[in-house]
Amino acid sequence: MTAPSTSIDGRAPGALEAVPRAATARRPRRSFGNPIAWLIFILGALYFIVPLVGTFFHSIRTRPDIFLAYRQVLDDPKFFGGLAYSFTVGVITIVVSLLIIVPTAYWVRLRVPRLRPVVEFVTLMPFVIPPVVLVFGLIRVYSSRPLVLTATDLGSDMILVGAYVILSFPYMYRAVDTGLAAIDVRSLTEAAQSLGSGWARILWRVIFPNLRTSLLSGAFLTLAIVIGEYTIANFLARTDAFGPYLSLLGRNQPYTPAAVSLISFGLTWLAMIAIAFLGRGARGRVQVAGAR
Amino acid sequence: MASAAQPLEQGAPAARPARRRFGWAWLGLLPFFVFSIAFMFLPATWLVLGSFRNSDDQVTLQNYADLSTGIIPGAFLTTIEVSLVTAVGGGLFGLLLAYSVILGGLPRILRTALMTFSGVASNFAGVPLALAFTFTLGQLGFLTVILRDLGFDPYQSGFRLTSKLGVELVYMYFQFPLMVLIIAPALDGLRREWREAAENMGASPRQYWQHVALPILTPSILGAMILLFGNAFGAQATAFQLTGGTLNLVPIVIGAQIRGDVLHNPGLGYAMAMGMVAIMGVSIGLYTILQRRAERWLRS
Repeated sequence: MTAPSTSIDGRAPGALEAVPRAATARRPRRSFGNPIAWLIFILGALYFIVPLVGTFFHSIRTRPDIFLAYRQVLDDPKFFGGLAYSFTVGVITIVVSLLIIVPTAYWVRLRVPRLRPVVEFVTLMPFVIPPVVLVFGLIRVYSSRPLVLTATDLGSDMILVGAYVILSFPYMYRAVDTGLAAIDVRSLTEAAQSLGSGWARILWRVIFPNLRTSLLSGAFLTLAIVIGEYTIANFLARTDAFGPYLSLLGRNQPYTPAAVSLISFGLTWLAMIAIAFLGRGARGRVQVAGAR
Repeated sequence: MASAAQPLEQGAPAARPARRRFGWAWLGLLPFFVFSIAFMFLPATWLVLGSFRNSDDQVTLQNYADLSTGIIPGAFLTTIEVSLVTAVGGGLFGLLLAYSVILGGLPRILRTALMTFSGVASNFAGVPLALAFTFTLGQLGFLTVILRDLGFDPYQSGFRLTSKLGVELVYMYFQFPLMVLIIAPALDGLRREWREAAENMGASPRQYWQHVALPILTPSILGAMILLFGNAFGAQATAFQLTGGTLNLVPIVIGAQIRGDVLHNPGLGYAMAMGMVAIMGVSIGLYTILQRRAERWLRS
């Protein structure tokens, strides 16, 4: 980003100086922007990319067959098992979360706006109670009488889904609430009621379809978080899950963890692209996932 | 709707029907509250109650007093330091980065690329992130080897990826993208009219920033940094995978306490979890207040 750039863009050396100074100062839009801005952007881009490049080079260090690590990963039933397990847990989490949050947000808007601060406060709580504390409490509560859930796999899976649903509340509620703000809930409800619909039918046939976009973006974010989650799954001894699987791999294997990390990054990216694609036009919405 | 009927009903108590409807309507929120209690408030209450009990099941404040003993104060200090450094560092860098793509005159496509990448990177935390940095800045990492070939061996000069500095470098990877995501709407909200008005009154760009833009942005910037602080404070998986539990951070000590009573006092573990919740609660509370202040200017 120093002197040679003038000749790189095809202009004769000295042509830049020929432009009247006042003109360049007035219209910075035509130029390539502030060099300091470029410098900062390049620094940021390097911070993003270098760890990925390092991981990639590490994953192909197997000689002579540089794709050995990838082949091993794809031959590993545990990899697909972990992915399938976490994906299933993610889908169940999304369904449960939607079944709870959509009626709640709808009802708050329509009938009990007075309780909105309470509901918002509750949906914000997962930011206050970090995952490691949440799982601490969950294990203590559900490993003692009367409800010993941690003793069985099914019970532990239930706690896992419950914890993930709680983690999904903040952004699921916000996504649904912004979606509801964009449609005229009251008129739609009254129209449906005057045509003879009951509450379940209104929610299922009128509200859900109208919220499709915001529901999908909340769902993809949930999926991205659940698939990579480690802390809660690990303490609940869900060793089948993707996070604990990758962690164990990282301790025992030399090259495959690099390949799996990159694949995991790719999955996160797919989820984010899906969200960006769905959220076109929704300006200024921030997806904050919380600490991990 | 009511205006036509009003003269007729003038004498009737208006509050009655509304109140009766409210009396039953809250039942619609029952599933939400029951679920929240079962999977969040009940566990949290368990920890609260446990933190006030000693091993003989008597009510006590001793656990909170004992927070100042052993490894605990060090763990809190280290965690606060790591969170503070990455919140301020990541916050400043994220702000500069957002500024450069939004107001720095860079091509628009870079802005789109940065926002997408920030969404990915701020969610790319935990085990894979720790592994990626191990392969990059570990003893035999990609960057370490390059730096060594260039004549600068970071490990010779005392750098360890498992140290505080190492954890801070790794946390930066999700901290500054998060800052970009949070602060971008605030930068977008700086209206051109404000700048033009300032320029018309003869303000230099420096004066515009000092007296107009920065005061408007300050609540947003502070609030975002506080959120970043909480984000780093609550993170467990990344640090655990990176250090194998050797660095004394609060989430790591709590994790060890879950596995096996390393503090030799269950109540002390609960008190420590409460300390963590208190710090998170204060930061989220401050964030909410500052966010409300910031929104005053963003409303268009």
